[in-house]
Amino acid sequence: MEIPYTVKPRPDTGLYNAKVGIWLFLASEVMLFGAFFSAYILLRVGAPEGFWPDVATGWPHGLLNIPIGTFNTAVLIASSVTVVMAWAALKENNFPKFQKFMVFTVACALGFLTIKTFEYNEKFTHYVIRLKDGSAVTGHLNIDGHSPRFWTLKDVEEKKLEALKVEVDVPNKFRFPVGMKMPEAVHEAHKAGKHHEEKEFKVADIASLKAFVPSTATFFAIYFTMTFLHGLHVLAGALVLGYFAFLGRKFWQQHPEQFTNRIEVAGLFWHFVDLVWIFLFPVVYLL
Amino acid sequence: MQTATTHAPGHAHGDAHAHHEPGFWQKYIFSTDHKMIGIQYGITSLLFLFFGFMLMLAMRYQLAHPGQPIPFVGGLMEKSLGEDMAKGGVMQADLYNAFGAMHGTIMVFLAIVPLLFGAFGNYVTPLQIGAPDMAFPRLNMASYHLFFWGGAVMLSSFFIPGGAAKSGWTSYSPLATMADSNFINGQTLWLVGMVLLITSSLLGAVNFIATIIQLRAKGMTWMRLPFFVWAQFVTAFLLLLAFPPLEAAGLMQLADNVLKTSFFLPTGLVVNGSQPDISGGGSPLLWQHLFWFLAHPEVYVLILPAMGIVAEIIANNTRKPLWGYKSLVYAVLSIGFLAFIVWAHHMYLTGMGTKIATFFQTTTMMISIPSVIILTALFISLWGGSIRFNTPMLFALSFLPMFGIGGLTGLPLGFNASDIYLHDSYYVIGHFHYVVAPGTIFGIFAGIYFWFPKATGRMMNETLGKLHWFGSLVCMNGIFMPMFIQGLRGMSRRMYDGGATYFGSGVGADPGILRLNNAITAAAIGLAVFQLPFIFNFFWSIWNGKKTESDNPWDATTLDWQTPTPPPHGNFAIEPVAHRGPYEYSVPGAKKDFTPQGQAS
Amino acid sequence: MSESTHSAAADGHDHGHDLASHKKVYWAVGIALLVGTVVTVLAREWEFHSVALTIAVALFIASIKAFLVAGYFMHLISEKKTVYLTLVTTAVFFVGMVGLILWSDGDLPRDSAKKTHYVP
Repeated sequence: MEIPYTVKPRPDTGLYNAKVGIWLFLASEVMLFGAFFSAYILLRVGAPEGFWPDVATGWPHGLLNIPIGTFNTAVLIASSVTVVMAWAALKENNFPKFQKFMVFTVACALGFLTIKTFEYNEKFTHYVIRLKDGSAVTGHLNIDGHSPRFWTLKDVEEKKLEALKVEVDVPNKFRFPVGMKMPEAVHEAHKAGKHHEEKEFKVADIASLKAFVPSTATFFAIYFTMTFLHGLHVLAGALVLGYFAFLGRKFWQQHPEQFTNRIEVAGLFWHFVDLVWIFLFPVVYLL
Repeated sequence: MQTATTHAPGHAHGDAHAHHEPGFWQKYIFSTDHKMIGIQYGITSLLFLFFGFMLMLAMRYQLAHPGQPIPFVGGLMEKSLGEDMAKGGVMQADLYNAFGAMHGTIMVFLAIVPLLFGAFGNYVTPLQIGAPDMAFPRLNMASYHLFFWGGAVMLSSFFIPGGAAKSGWTSYSPLATMADSNFINGQTLWLVGMVLLITSSLLGAVNFIATIIQLRAKGMTWMRLPFFVWAQFVTAFLLLLAFPPLEAAGLMQLADNVLKTSFFLPTGLVVNGSQPDISGGGSPLLWQHLFWFLAHPEVYVLILPAMGIVAEIIANNTRKPLWGYKSLVYAVLSIGFLAFIVWAHHMYLTGMGTKIATFFQTTTMMISIPSVIILTALFISLWGGSIRFNTPMLFALSFLPMFGIGGLTGLPLGFNASDIYLHDSYYVIGHFHYVVAPGTIFGIFAGIYFWFPKATGRMMNETLGKLHWFGSLVCMNGIFMPMFIQGLRGMSRRMYDGGATYFGSGVGADPGILRLNNAITAAAIGLAVFQLPFIFNFFWSIWNGKKTESDNPWDATTLDWQTPTPPPHGNFAIEPVAHRGPYEYSVPGAKKDFTPQGQAS
Repeated sequence: MSESTHSAAADGHDHGHDLASHKKVYWAVGIALLVGTVVTVLAREWEFHSVALTIAVALFIASIKAFLVAGYFMHLISEKKTVYLTLVTTAVFFVGMVGLILWSDGDLPRDSAKKTHYVP
């Protein structure tokens, strides 16, 4: 006996097997990301408000690049449109059109990941520097013109540096907890349109140096974990969609209806990935 | 749908498949046939069950004779695990904790669930619903391999510096992150193994639910399904929706261990007198919530398929339909729903407020109702039956009072007030072992003796079976009943010296409680001895057992017994149709005392 | 389970004009999603002085976008009972998990003590 209802739907449920399967899998993914969102809420509610300039003492705001995040959101939305158009093209028996839309979808996915990589790199080269007098600054390092990643005070000492050049951030208004007045100096810098100020610190005055990595603060821990897990899902989706786009012709020619079903199922997964981002973006970037 | 055809079994048909026999690797290692996968799961998990049992024996010896070298294996332990773990063959505290954590993990995730869900579920479910295989055979194969390699990763953790995970099967933070200072340590491997095992279960759950929804034969309506299938269906939903939060928590704890994040590490943590270099800001309670969100439904994953097996065997050996089929179905669905909202009864001592404690206490009490309904229906099913006391039936019958004890002893734990005293005592160990050992494991044994003839065409030896049953029943009670006494007396769990520190001397001295350790250990050794007839019986009967005279030696009604023995690839020669309910035994006016489900009038 | 009769062939065939109107809907939803994204980002500039309101607005806009993706791209608006039941069940447990975890974080003994009357 062949396994029934792999292509044609079962009469009483109106569904073919893979569709039931993917919705069940997506239900489990809802619980997976839901657990992460619960963790986010619990950790944030339990944390004191982030206090400029030491972003690691509480829950920081205004550290993520909104324009880039918004662009990435648009990229994913576009890919969601094109993947469903690809499925529609198959329903019309138009394989070349299907391929075009699929390639665009995969390109969007890879674009999303590339932009994410730049965002991550921007974090790994961004530091919170605590001075021995109790104050702190954030910014990128300037070591002979380039911006190193993952440095700690040990690396500074190994390089036998005596002074550290830092592109100190001029914080945006979101960096300040609700109710705190922005210092005059920051007001002036904003009026002058400055985003960084180059400053030099004596290494002897520095108490600690930490990059924006998961271990620096729970904010970073949950940000990196959730976006990385989401990114893994984007990658997995891109691989599956790419496989169908580039290596699917033969299967389409032999089993067109089953192939169309597979694209529908892969599309459902892809839309779910988009759905997660629709919630992830405002929660992590904007709120 | 294919029209019914008779054809020689073993042939694939449909597409232009070459009609060649699969090679060794395709047939035995990378099989996509649910029956072979079921057997793979069965053999692998029985081996894990045996290994977990050995861990327990070593622990029990240490508890009865603290500080003494473990006989027979002490030297081996020292050689393979290192001097700091087992110096002179004596179990050190760290090794006791490692054995304890791994005993729990292996039994729950590598033995019981793969046996009930992976082995019996895979083998029997498609047969009982009249399907040719699972809905996604290749996914099924992937599930098995994820299970196998996840288990391998877990076992490998015994042999790395620092040894296996030793923070309990519950892996509470911050201990789980701080207990072992090696970079790659047993806890990390435990988490990696768990991620693999969870993925295996998730994929399996998708497969089971899709199969039961989509591949039921014609006429097999929901209310004609054998109760075993209903139990597997609810179990699959529990796995599907409850496992992901633990996967999330496991990834976060992995980040805590490897990336030095502080998801579960609070601010101000002090370890061995100094503050570790962490960011803090995390919540140990978050781990507990996410862990128990899975781990409570997990215990229903452990019991429901066993109840399903017991139900099948009771119906078959009373020659009567099950009493209250509808209430059984609604009860199992209620358990499935309520299971998700009772978890914090494991967390009563974490400083919960009274409102939330009352909520969880209430839902916990509510969930005992459908459990009692199921047990009652099974008991009433015996009334007026022509009971055949064969080995599967003996295990199924004794399951009932044993699960009853397990369930009833859970009530003081479900009440917030009494749990304050009993939490983390030996009472808890007694309670849950009653449910899983003479409960679930008896269900597993019953299922093995029952379905062995379908898979092999031979019967297991009845005398050895009855010996196995009687000895196991007596010894299991001998092990776990005294634990209630120890727990009520105040003895804590997870103490490697068996309580000698608190009960050995001084104000709280109670040598009687410590003597119980010896009695329990003796019973544990007895239990080990009584498994020997089973192990021998199992392997000997594969080749020398009495051959079955028919495909249906138990005269059973369900569709799994209407197949050739063993069922071929594709299971049914002719597409089956369900014409009646699953338990039409002793139908008035029928020629025989059973009417198969597939038989038209 | 679902007993709705549905001809086995219906899903397999596309109805020409139906698909064209579906495609129009997909493009429209895509534009709506982009607009929604811009609205969410702009809403951030509009400072609400209540934390609860800020969160509510952000999640409300996100929910509308999610409804559009789920309803039209994932065809949920015309999906079968089996899928609905699965998703509703999941939603219930999702809400239960998040809600109960947050409730236990908020309900602590020190709060209960104020309301209990002790008789010395």
